[in-house]
Amino acid sequence: MNADWRYYLPKIEKLANSLGLSFNPVDFEAVPQSFMMEISVYGLPVRMPHWSFGVRYIYQLIQHRMGNSRLFEVVFPGNPGHAYLAQNNSVAENVLVTAHVLGHADFSRNNIMFKRAQDQVSEHIVEHAANHARQIALAIEEYGLPRVEAVLDAALSLEQHIDCNHAVRRPRYPEYEASKALPRDDEFSKRFAALTPFEERDNAGQVHRKRAAIPPHNEKDLLWFIAQYAPELEGWERDIFLAVREESFYFHPVFATQIMNEGWASYWHARLLREADFLPQSAYVDAIKCHSDVVKPYAPEQHIALQINPYHLGFTMWEKIIERDGIEAARVIMQQDDDFSFVRNYLDENLADELQLFKFNAQSTGKIEVVESKLSDLHEAMLAPKYNFGAPSIAASHVHVDGSLELQHDFKSDGRGLDQDRASKVLDYIYRVWRRPIVLHTIDDGGAQLEIRKH
Amino acid sequence: MSEFDSLVTHSGLKESSINGWYELFSRGARDWLRHNEKVRDAVRDQLPDIIAGADVMGSGSRTVKVPVKMLEHYHFKLNQPQQQQGVGQGQGKPGDVLQQDSPNTGKDKGKGTNDGGGIEFTLEFKVDDIVDWLWEEMQLPNLKARVGKSEETDWTREGWDKKGARSRLDRRRSLREAVKRRAIQPDGPSFSDDDLRFRQLNQREQPSIQAVVFLLMDVSGSMTDADRKLAKTFFFWAIQGLKRQYRHLDTVFVAHTTEAFEFDEEKFFQVTGNGGTVTSTGLNKVQEIIAERYSPSRYNIYLFYASDGDNYPEDRDSAAKALGEIASVAGYCGYLEVSSSATQNLNTEVGQLFRSIASQGKAAGGFAINKLEDIWEAVRHFFKHQVADA
Repeated sequence: MNADWRYYLPKIEKLANSLGLSFNPVDFEAVPQSFMMEISVYGLPVRMPHWSFGVRYIYQLIQHRMGNSRLFEVVFPGNPGHAYLAQNNSVAENVLVTAHVLGHADFSRNNIMFKRAQDQVSEHIVEHAANHARQIALAIEEYGLPRVEAVLDAALSLEQHIDCNHAVRRPRYPEYEASKALPRDDEFSKRFAALTPFEERDNAGQVHRKRAAIPPHNEKDLLWFIAQYAPELEGWERDIFLAVREESFYFHPVFATQIMNEGWASYWHARLLREADFLPQSAYVDAIKCHSDVVKPYAPEQHIALQINPYHLGFTMWEKIIERDGIEAARVIMQQDDDFSFVRNYLDENLADELQLFKFNAQSTGKIEVVESKLSDLHEAMLAPKYNFGAPSIAASHVHVDGSLELQHDFKSDGRGLDQDRASKVLDYIYRVWRRPIVLHTIDDGGAQLEIRKH
Repeated sequence: MSEFDSLVTHSGLKESSINGWYELFSRGARDWLRHNEKVRDAVRDQLPDIIAGADVMGSGSRTVKVPVKMLEHYHFKLNQPQQQQGVGQGQGKPGDVLQQDSPNTGKDKGKGTNDGGGIEFTLEFKVDDIVDWLWEEMQLPNLKARVGKSEETDWTREGWDKKGARSRLDRRRSLREAVKRRAIQPDGPSFSDDDLRFRQLNQREQPSIQAVVFLLMDVSGSMTDADRKLAKTFFFWAIQGLKRQYRHLDTVFVAHTTEAFEFDEEKFFQVTGNGGTVTSTGLNKVQEIIAERYSPSRYNIYLFYASDGDNYPEDRDSAAKALGEIASVAGYCGYLEVSSSATQNLNTEVGQLFRSIASQGKAAGGFAINKLEDIWEAVRHFFKHQVADA
């Protein structure tokens, strides 16, 4: 067997192309495990500094020291894509990892969520993020760490609060309310317009336009809203909010398609290895061992898990789909779905039985009990943590004349109120950039209306 | 962050040229240090509360260890429900109990978080730093020395030279010289003797300031353990405050009941006595020691007296006489009333004694405390007045 995994790379790429995968070129780089760990903590190879990443880093370090995690690769979509491989991977492992990465590259080039994000954020998120980091380093030099950190505290704590249904570059709201009816040039319309009370007409006889309320509707994209409408935000502070928001637009499809994406990459690394006749038998066996470690449902020596391994679930689902409907049908699903539709449409009764999925209730006392469940219950329990980018649904509902801000928590759709302590702390962050009174409406434990105020 | 740009723009670089390059720095470590700095700041804000209770004395160490929790970067979260749902995989059928109630979890369990909160670690603070912070925080002025005219020389670092003792080789500086030289002569040796730089020492004159502080404590039966702890903690910070000013500070510990004895620091805080209180015995002992060892012409003298306020009324005159004499040679005489019933009126026997001395225009004052949180008020009070009076 050749001692360098790079020897096999072009062969795997060729094989992948011949099997119908379509991906942007990927730059592969082997880096130390410590660097891999940092990339996974920051989510991007170069990212803005913030103390909260330091906390995650220490957790990751502890986990790593305890031997609970091993990172084989980290991949960033783009054109070209960037993939980092751990230097201490064996050659066989790296062959598997390159095949896995090509699966991701195929997914991220063709899945609609990724495509949309790349159309909007650009195909160069890695470079953008590095640029954001630089921009923030400059801001720290100019305005000092405490001021920049206050802005980052607020922006990063709202990183999930974006609205992907709007564009990344999104215009401000119209300043005036749209006139209710289109003026028609007939006799009736003219006479009707003349009925408008005199004081609402200016000298030319025109009807005054009415200033639109801000926001005109509940606004879920808090990062955008604060960037655009905070009464006293300075230019550089707005830039930081928009930088964090742009990175969130990049992270969103990764979050929303995790099961599909990891499953797809796992399906392809398995298949590519199986069909790689250029690979020595021993390398294949080593790589397949590694594969079964990655897609196993539970830890060794155990026969039950309280968390679903997305690699395992996604892998199994894709195998079923391709077996039943063929690869072309699977590619269409890969292009068009996200985890919500994927799980609801393709995790059926038979598969759930076969995988021995069950629903459980965990009491705050520590007791965990398996409960009876319908398929739809399983789906919802699995997907609930993924709704709304994993965050409570909070919208800006009104800005008053004095600049004070009202936030509304949609407790009806979330099913319960907010954690008050944390909400209050987040409002502290926001208050430091909004700089006018803020009130947040939610409900308490007992379901009674609750207002949290900062002023 | 600028170093990181090269990672991106030169991503065409192959492993060999950048191998090891990644190990040169760690953003994770940088941000973790920043986190710790924030924890320090947070601790510092509450420092008086935290260390008022900490056992800083006796251990002899010059640091205080404070247990802290990792900071949490807060996000909006939903209320933790009484019952959470999840999906698992494996051999479980409805009704199976996978985990029993555990007595330890309960309410706190929901408070655990993903990115912070859970893990505790210990930060170590230098006592000197703490004192600096506190003095800054309380905006306490520096003390004015009364005596201290004599000069003294001391060695301090000053500048670099090309020759010197090996122990004073400045490696960083030498390396910098080598780098500079190689920039103009690329073919020169990687390191030469000319690059070496040694730290130089110079004699610098400094005012010699010596001081002595007398810590006098009433250890009669009426002083409770809590009173004593208050006195002890106050004494500790008073000493630290004086040390900030005086490079040579002697401490003298005197305890008294109806008799007075000098103790070393360790025994001083353990000693207990019985029976009544005769304050003048303690003050006389202090006078005795001053006469023997601490000439007022060479030493700045401070006295702090801690007591619950009781004294025999018959002792009033002799105590007043002794205190008056001390106050006329001392920089300051402070009285700390420690008692659960202490009030700022200082209407006790000893309180009145100090008040009358202060009213004669001498540098004396009193303050009453009854719980540890008051310590800082007392420190602030004394150090402010001391300067005003001195």
